[in-house]
Amino acid sequence: MAKATRVSFGERLAELGATHPEIVVFDADLSKSTQSQIFAAQYPDRFFEMGIQEHNMIGAAAGMALSGKKPFICSFSTFVVGRFEAIRMSIGYSEANVTVVGTHCGVAIGEDGYSQMALEDIALMRTLPNMTIIQPADDRETRGAVDFLAGHPFPAFLRLTRQGVEHIHGDDYHFVFGKADVLKDGDDAVLFTTGGVVYNSLKAAEALEKEGLHIRVVNIYTIAPLDAEYVIQAARETGRVITVEDHSIVGGLGGAIAEVLGEGQPTRMKRIGMREYGRSGSPTDLYVHYGLDEAGIRKQVAAFLADHS
Amino acid sequence: MNRCSIHEKDRHLRVISDIAGIDVPPRIQRNQPRKIALIPIHNVQLLKQMDLTLPALQRSANEMRIDIIRMLHAAGSGHPGGSLSLIDILTVLFFRYVKRSPDNVADPDRHRFVLSKGHGVPALYAVLARSGVIPHEDLLTLRKVDSYLQGHPHNRSLPAVEASTGSLGQGLSIAQGMAMTAKLDGKPYKVYCVTGDGETQEGQTWEALLSAAHFKLDNLIVLLDYNKGQIDGPTNDILNLEPLAAKLQAFNWDVQEIDGHDIGAIDAALTRAQEEAGKPHYIIAHTVKGKGVSFMEHPTEWHGKAPNNAEADAAIKEIEALLT
Repeated sequence: MAKATRVSFGERLAELGATHPEIVVFDADLSKSTQSQIFAAQYPDRFFEMGIQEHNMIGAAAGMALSGKKPFICSFSTFVVGRFEAIRMSIGYSEANVTVVGTHCGVAIGEDGYSQMALEDIALMRTLPNMTIIQPADDRETRGAVDFLAGHPFPAFLRLTRQGVEHIHGDDYHFVFGKADVLKDGDDAVLFTTGGVVYNSLKAAEALEKEGLHIRVVNIYTIAPLDAEYVIQAARETGRVITVEDHSIVGGLGGAIAEVLGEGQPTRMKRIGMREYGRSGSPTDLYVHYGLDEAGIRKQVAAFLADHS
Repeated sequence: MNRCSIHEKDRHLRVISDIAGIDVPPRIQRNQPRKIALIPIHNVQLLKQMDLTLPALQRSANEMRIDIIRMLHAAGSGHPGGSLSLIDILTVLFFRYVKRSPDNVADPDRHRFVLSKGHGVPALYAVLARSGVIPHEDLLTLRKVDSYLQGHPHNRSLPAVEASTGSLGQGLSIAQGMAMTAKLDGKPYKVYCVTGDGETQEGQTWEALLSAAHFKLDNLIVLLDYNKGQIDGPTNDILNLEPLAAKLQAFNWDVQEIDGHDIGAIDAALTRAQEEAGKPHYIIAHTVKGKGVSFMEHPTEWHGKAPNNAEADAAIKEIEALLT
């Protein structure tokens, strides 16, 4: 059953409120959307509704972190990460123990259109040397990520979906920080993917398997620090690399992997993701339009392998 | 001989040492910036030994003006105007209210101080040195590549600095967050924040002014170093803040307006600001950019340039005249 990672986040954060008195939560007038409302209802003294003030929310959370609290600050990813210079100074450079929670990432938010879509947030946050970046792909991964971040004493960015995502893990899943997560074996090429398009990528690879193409699918939920060792190993073993993400192909997962491979294992690559400003439409129609649905990914991967066989 | 040379045995340092009755500490190991301020380098009784009467503090402030000139001269860059306008405020604040000393830099219940106008950091380093938190001789390493004294405040280089600032308009929000923590935990400590008039033009400043009053943070005390100048010209020609007191009152702040070079007035305003009646406190301190050095007392000319040898010598002579 599909469940949005923002919902998994909101539920797990509220559960952690009981055992982590140092956790405080901020929102900027979007608590019903980010799901910080669940924590707010249970721990009103430790929830701070800041109004529509993302800059001030970033600074105030940094101040609370620097005086001993563990803040999670929540908004649409584009609104909070868009106030990047405040994050850079007050959280990053100050090494304030704040987790920036950006929901509603990617074109999959749908009809609201580009102004509400975060398509550049990973690229921005990746430039900060001490910023941990986690983008979970399903409910269990999100819960594991929230547990991890609650005890993580460094600045972090958690990128979450508006849309529901299917389970990719079973009940026995355990979150391991910083590790590439191999979902499907294969040696014809390796496909690295993250977040809300992991499921579509996996389905595309399974369809290609029936056509005789053996695509390894690797879920990268820890985008920073990247498991560079595994990325290089997988590129060496397969010789061809594909990346799939609901984010700009510049500076996101595709960019991160290209940087690692350019230095460590130059490999032919195909980056699938956003190359333009997004538009309005239903999430389903947008994924079809931008080639991020199962069929679109399958076609692009097949074409890439045909060109570079 | 260049009396301001970084290598020179520092006469002024000896003067301070004699006054405070302390030994000049050995030069401490570089490349360990996170540990530096946690090491009790000086006699921890230093503050108790210091003369904290108002006339003594006035003298201390002027002695630290010499430190500021020496630091900026040694660095070859920096912001004399906004450091000299600030030092009287910081002197009263640190030696009577924040009371930062080597034995309380990491105390969770310590009073907090955020220098939002980060370019005034030479004044902060001067009071930290005089408090015994950092070795006085290290002041001359300001802005050098192996120094923990960064050109703008950086808490990870020097833990006695509470927050990294220098990108204007962000410090008040950080101070607000610290005041929120004190309220949440029911702790009695105060949070002090010094802002500049130029940075008050930043939108984030007004977000925090709106928000801190909404949260009734009466444990937050803001002092404006209103020196009337910014890089491109007089502040209220560039972008007028006035009527500032009326705006702040309308934002539901407790507002006081003082002469920011009158040690007694600064002390009285800070004493009044200790009361907690549901409103955050804002002290508009009218100051003069470059205060204490006649040729630096200009709204913009000495905003961001270091004195050369002759200028540093002339400046120190003028300030020394104030000490006699």
